[in-house]
Amino acid sequence: MTGTQELTAALPDQVGSINHIQESLRGRSYVADRSLATALFLALRLGKPLLLEGEAGVGKTEVAKTMADLLATDLIRLQCYEGLDVNHAVYEWNYAKQMLEIRMLEAEGAARDHALQEIFGPEFLIKRPLLQAIEYTNVNGGKRPVLLIDEIDRADEEFEAFLLELLSDFQITVPEIGTLKATTPPVVIITSNRTRELHDALKRRCLYHWIDYPSIEKEEEIIAARLPEAPQTLAQQISRFMHELRQVDLYKVPGVAETLDWASALVVLEQQDLRPDMVDATLGAILKHQEDVTKVSGDLSKQLLAAAANGE
Amino acid sequence: MASNVLPLPHERDLGRGEELLDRIVRFGRYLRLVGLPVTVGQVMDCATAVEAVGLVREDFRLAARTVFVTRKDDGVLFDKAFDLYWRYTTFADENPFDELANLLPPDQTPQGDEESIPPPPGKDRRRGQEDEDAERRMGQRELEEGESADDAEPDAQLTYSASEALKEKDFAQFTTDEMEHAKHLMERIAWQIAQRRTRRTVRASKGRYLDLRRSLRQNMKYGGEPIELARRRRKMKPRQVVLICDISGSMDRYSRLLLQFVHTVENNLSRVEVFVFGTRLTRITRQLRVRNIDAALERVSHEVQDWAGGTRIGESLLTFNTRWARRVLGRGAIVLIISDGWDRGDVDVLRREMARLQRYSYRLIWLNPLLGSPTYQPLTRGIQAALPYVDDFLPVHNLNSLEALAEALAEVTMRRPVRRQTLHLPAVVG
Repeated sequence: MTGTQELTAALPDQVGSINHIQESLRGRSYVADRSLATALFLALRLGKPLLLEGEAGVGKTEVAKTMADLLATDLIRLQCYEGLDVNHAVYEWNYAKQMLEIRMLEAEGAARDHALQEIFGPEFLIKRPLLQAIEYTNVNGGKRPVLLIDEIDRADEEFEAFLLELLSDFQITVPEIGTLKATTPPVVIITSNRTRELHDALKRRCLYHWIDYPSIEKEEEIIAARLPEAPQTLAQQISRFMHELRQVDLYKVPGVAETLDWASALVVLEQQDLRPDMVDATLGAILKHQEDVTKVSGDLSKQLLAAAANGE
Repeated sequence: MASNVLPLPHERDLGRGEELLDRIVRFGRYLRLVGLPVTVGQVMDCATAVEAVGLVREDFRLAARTVFVTRKDDGVLFDKAFDLYWRYTTFADENPFDELANLLPPDQTPQGDEESIPPPPGKDRRRGQEDEDAERRMGQRELEEGESADDAEPDAQLTYSASEALKEKDFAQFTTDEMEHAKHLMERIAWQIAQRRTRRTVRASKGRYLDLRRSLRQNMKYGGEPIELARRRRKMKPRQVVLICDISGSMDRYSRLLLQFVHTVENNLSRVEVFVFGTRLTRITRQLRVRNIDAALERVSHEVQDWAGGTRIGESLLTFNTRWARRVLGRGAIVLIISDGWDRGDVDVLRREMARLQRYSYRLIWLNPLLGSPTYQPLTRGIQAALPYVDDFLPVHNLNSLEALAEALAEVTMRRPVRRQTLHLPAVVG
């Protein structure tokens, strides 16, 4: 429990309580509900990684960015993909530089053992996100970075297993150099689109939060926060329309990112409120499958508009 | 669904009046009882979390949920369990009287002080349930032992020629005994799912990729001159297999046997996702991850209400495409649909969803037991709509056809199939 105490002492005021987090996020145009704020607060207090799951475009990655801003620290981002290995996640040697160095040492007539020592020094090491995150506190006077491990579901089981090990003690061994350890663990946020089930062992090591599609009110608030230039009636109608649209059987249900794209499109087109012809003309901003566009445009979009209007 | 009715926490397990930590430990135990995988670490985290957020009911709930729930679907279960467990507890933000009024059923009014409320009616019921559970477990063990005794003398009564005859017999005509023997024969069918090249590389003596790091090290002995190049190649993994089984009417038996077959050869189905449909689609992957597949199928048939009802293939595939395709068809999956194609739903929906499913899957195979009959012609509207989008159309009516299926799966090549209508007519059987 001493670890927790140290972390508490290091927590700045703006993240000192659930309310503070919620308000500070709001101040940075990120509208978080209380459950998300609680999850973030606990991730900071308990020093545990936070696993955020949710459909694409509900603002998972944005949370990490805003948290980094809030904590006045750096965001270190690792984008996951299949086959992600140590060379791209942790460190790699700068081979070209090493080869050149060998030539130089040769020219100077250095002994082979000496050369070997020389070229595996820290100046030939390329630090990838995970190593950067581990070293960050050590070189930034104890400040914790926000480490974003984005779309972990895209990585394979091998990387998941590696990550599991890393998250338990935040140390990495580079055979040629030695073991590097973070004095204070970084704030870790892991996101997943649930394109596959993650391993239970990894999930248990994390705090978990599912980000749902926002309520009508919350979505309106989000539009107002992100696009202050959008007229209030428009924002209201858009959020109601989106709510209705998400009840339709679609191949890809639009997220908040799509809502914001659409809202900015309508603002650029100088729309004061939602009109059927304009909705159909701009559906491409929210629906990304041809089948979905065909399904919604025309009669259905009129119905949705009417349903959205009735909600008033 | 079973999760709608939770066992009530036992009165003595509520730990009234105990320290908060003890109560959280007991709460963790209760969560485990209702089916959440709770670890000691999580219980400790919960204790720390409560300290951090304070004893306000909703904050406590959110904090505890963040700690204990590790997948979306468990959220509802957790909330129910939380309410049941903490309903007699007064939190810092609550007036004890209000809380009791809210939590009691409307026809009951709180009488007197908190402790005089009768304990939850679960006391006796739960004792009974425990005994029942224990009995069931015992029964199951005996059953399994009985089965393993069977294993000891495989096919004692079956001669070679009898086995051969059995292999060609249509599953629909199997007797119960023959079913049992068929299971043993299934175990002998070699099964190897085609592999796919992953994007991960591994060290190799030959390969497309240079291993720069190893090359540099190895060539230090030549003074850093790159003479021997170390190589890497792509790692191989078996493809994911997705089964979508029709369980309506006569298809029930074939689907069960196919599941039995896959379970036998694949041990625990860890790389196989299974869905069943009649009028609607149900995922049963989790239910099947057990040793005794017969018991699992029994359980599934209780949960899946339309076992042996009508068929709506198109609508079921629509559900699959919208809700599951993204989650289970990630990396070059092989999809097997088993159905006779008698569809009572909308044919246009079926056509559209088949087209979509084919685009999602690496290989789309349709298994049809009717193909076993030499006179069968795929003429029903359903099968007519589906066929243009099927990569392979194969029979699945007897053990020989299962063998052929296993071969087909092993031969799914590295290159995607050329997508046009392919109709593999069945070999003449018998």
